Amino acid sequence: MVHPDQVKAAITLAMPDATVEVEDLTGGGDHLQVRVISSAFSGLSRVRQHQLVYGALSQELASEAIHALALQTSTPA
Amino acid sequence: MDALTRQRIEELLATSPVFVFMKGSKLMPQCGFSNNVVQILHSVGVPFETFDVLSDAEIRQGIKEFSEWPTIPQVYLKGEFIGGSDILIEMYNSGELRETLEVALAS
Repeated sequence: MVHPDQVKAAITLAMPDATVEVEDLTGGGDHLQVRVISSAFSGLSRVRQHQLVYGALSQELASEAIHALALQTSTPA
Repeated sequence: MDALTRQRIEELLATSPVFVFMKGSKLMPQCGFSNNVVQILHSVGVPFETFDVLSDAEIRQGIKEFSEWPTIPQVYLKGEFIGGSDILIEMYNSGELRETLEVALAS
């Protein structure tokens, strides 16, 4: 399990302009819903957008500290 | 991932234009995210094949490297990775999924 703040920190480290919202769906710290808004997504396919976020969280995902991650990505309006 | 695992993945993808690597089977998904994808594809009404990654540790790890995508399920259209559960839900809700599948399967 990870603290939502750790997730936020890992994403903003990789994508400094990102606005990140993390919701812990079960209270257990391993089923997370994450919304990321960043200009870095501009012009990228959804797969590439999600790959950027997964890349920022690669350690947490590989160790299965995060078991489930529901992800929404978008660019600033 | 070794060459044999890659070859097995490519052979699986060749068995059906719409292919899903998932946890469990179509009839008994073992994970809510895998179940979402199965229900969406049933709802769109396209034929698809699945592989249960829980039955094979090498494919389970290899498929993540194949697509550079860390999670299961993974949906492929004509051998190309199109997304996991979140992307499939978004594409389904916008109508894009039905259109993409119909165009791909018609050609």
